[in-house]
Amino acid sequence: MLRSGEPAETCDTQSRSTKTKETSPRIVVAKQNNGLVITALDDAAARIGLAIGQPLANARAICPDSEVFDADETADSKALSGIADWCDRFTPLVALDPPHGLLLDITGCAHLFGGEAALMRQLCSALKRQGFDVSAAIAGTSACARALTRHAHGRIVAPGEEAGAVAALPVFALGADDAITRGLRRAGLKTVGDVAARGRHEIAARFSAAFTALLEQALGQSDAPINPRKPLPDFIVEKRFAEPIATDGAIARTLAGLARTLIAAMEKQGKGARRLEAGFFRTDGAVRIIAVETGRPVTRGETIDRLFRERLDALADPLDPGFGFDLVRLSAVRTDLVVQEQRDLDTHVRDNDEVAALVDRLAARIGSQRVVVHLPQDTHIPERASFPVPAQQHLAAAMRAEWPARIEGEPPLRPLRMFARPEPIEVTLAEVPDKPPRHFTWRRVTHTVVRAEGPERIAMEWWRTQEVRPTRDYFRVEDEAGLRFWLYRDGLYNEAAGNGEAVPPKWFLHGLFA
Amino acid sequence: MAGNGSSAGTLARLRDRIARIETDHGGGMPGRASLGHEKADAVLQGGLARGAMHEVFAEGRHSAAASGFIAGLAQRVCANRPLLWVRQDFAARESGALSMRGWRELGLDPCLLVTVHASDVESALRTAADALACDAFGAVVMEIWGETRLLDLVASRRLTLAAGGSGVTGLLLRVAATPLPSTAETRWIVRPARSPPCEAWQAWGAPVFETRLVRNRHGQTGQWIMEWSCDECLFRDVSIRDAQTHPQPVAAAPADRPDRARVVALRRAG
Repeated sequence: MLRSGEPAETCDTQSRSTKTKETSPRIVVAKQNNGLVITALDDAAARIGLAIGQPLANARAICPDSEVFDADETADSKALSGIADWCDRFTPLVALDPPHGLLLDITGCAHLFGGEAALMRQLCSALKRQGFDVSAAIAGTSACARALTRHAHGRIVAPGEEAGAVAALPVFALGADDAITRGLRRAGLKTVGDVAARGRHEIAARFSAAFTALLEQALGQSDAPINPRKPLPDFIVEKRFAEPIATDGAIARTLAGLARTLIAAMEKQGKGARRLEAGFFRTDGAVRIIAVETGRPVTRGETIDRLFRERLDALADPLDPGFGFDLVRLSAVRTDLVVQEQRDLDTHVRDNDEVAALVDRLAARIGSQRVVVHLPQDTHIPERASFPVPAQQHLAAAMRAEWPARIEGEPPLRPLRMFARPEPIEVTLAEVPDKPPRHFTWRRVTHTVVRAEGPERIAMEWWRTQEVRPTRDYFRVEDEAGLRFWLYRDGLYNEAAGNGEAVPPKWFLHGLFA
Repeated sequence: MAGNGSSAGTLARLRDRIARIETDHGGGMPGRASLGHEKADAVLQGGLARGAMHEVFAEGRHSAAASGFIAGLAQRVCANRPLLWVRQDFAARESGALSMRGWRELGLDPCLLVTVHASDVESALRTAADALACDAFGAVVMEIWGETRLLDLVASRRLTLAAGGSGVTGLLLRVAATPLPSTAETRWIVRPARSPPCEAWQAWGAPVFETRLVRNRHGQTGQWIMEWSCDECLFRDVSIRDAQTHPQPVAAAPADRPDRARVVALRRAG
């Protein structure tokens, strides 16, 4: 759909809201080279002659009553990614250009907003309204756009004119590291045009090949792809509103409509959605993404609609429309080819489909980790013999799984209910070695053993773990009330511990028989 | 003509067979699933009604036996259809999680079991109601621990309606709870029974239950000691097995007594 690295746009945002109602200048400082240095400032501060890079001491001398804030890099990057989320409304390919920039690949998107100029105007004015100071530029390569934003806000460079556009800019605009910029200035190369006029081999020999590559990109002679934050969805449908929507009914209707459109688009390519994301773009810039996964490709609009309804109902922090959403987007992030099965004759296929559909619905509501099927494991450690896995992904595998057969004529040898961690029991009576206990206390109730069967000795898998764990002797016991337990003794009698002394073995209750 | 007659007969036979196959599988499953225990089946008029709710109550310490009993009921009702087991997280902490090897040892198939871990009663109820409406399942088991006010007559009626509409059987396992008014078809109280007496070398420990049918909307109540036969996948009377292994009459097992022995406090004279 989009070819990355065609016209890209950089918008350099000062990720500090600048509400300049008061007149006292505000500056943000951070520690650089063992001194506090200004990293951001507002208009009032700029007017009195403060500049980024000035030491705090100088700024205090110029203007003693300036308000000083510590730089918070975490908050800055969070704000930047928030803006990046919001920029998703213009193109799905948004890349971060830290610390203050964003790169948007708008190839094939500009016409949706009335052309490149209109898009940039819309973006800048919306961000300004949110309280950010923006400078933006559009150019054929990301390096060129980045250079232009710093010095020529609002410039749109036509393809092929990159070299001319950046020629007059100072070398600092290229964004190479400080040592290179200083070296260039010392060599008398003040502008990008000066550097471009020299032979490439001279520049490469003096300032490394990486810088030459950057220079070529800025001049539009080569290009590097941007690194988008999210993978490109397979299908996107969206609906914009002149009047923001806020009611549940309107949101549900919008989603239902989008689902139908999405299905129609996917049907043409024989695809079904495996992971869907609904993006809700609020008028004030907040974006909420809600994702739904399915076990098998979804090919019906009603199913999508229903899954999202379940998910939205079950959200721990419900969707907050605030002043309303002005854009709702539905994207199929992962899709699969749909294999058409013959359904009419085989009722099992139909049944399995319905089970899968129900599992999807439940998983959307309560989480896929909570709807499980079990897979057998090749081990004789009782607690590891079966492995719960999300039903959404493993339903078909679980239905085909081969479980070890039971021995005919034997009573159940494994308990129906097993504790995740075996519960310690007190065996009060001193016992003959290797025999089951006569009495034991579990959860403060004493049980008298009437019958016992065992031991069934299970050694731990020494080839899997480093630590040595004691062998277990399991007993099936029944008490006088008919309760059947599965007990084990951790370790053998008279087993010598590390210091040569015998440790009394511990007893545990591991499960309950029906 | 004779050829025609015989082919018409074949056709009729085939149609009859197809009709039988169709009624066996499709739509609202046929009325009742026999338990295998003759006397219980007679009281239940052929077996456990499908497409209805059934409740099993047990004390907290008898939860494993009750799970075994309800698993047996589910197996009889399901007949090779998937089973959904909804359990509250608390139940797993209190009496352990279902072990698939143990499930297999009861003669049941873990492949057909989907388990839902519900965090609370409300979520368990909603899940069960959804699952009961989906006729791909044979049965839905809902395991809820302790007293709850959410499971009132309204909730019960909602579940019954869902079960009736789809033909899926709902089984409610209530551990450590007192019965409340409900629209369930039957209500059972289950506790484990002691294994029948046998020689030391003989196999013991098959699931034996002391079951009391305390409520039956369309018939009598009763109480029986049942054994779940893991090989044949049905309930049967313990006495049958006793008759094979112990030809001589055996005194009634103590578990048969409805109440435990009473301890009478004696006051010291003087």
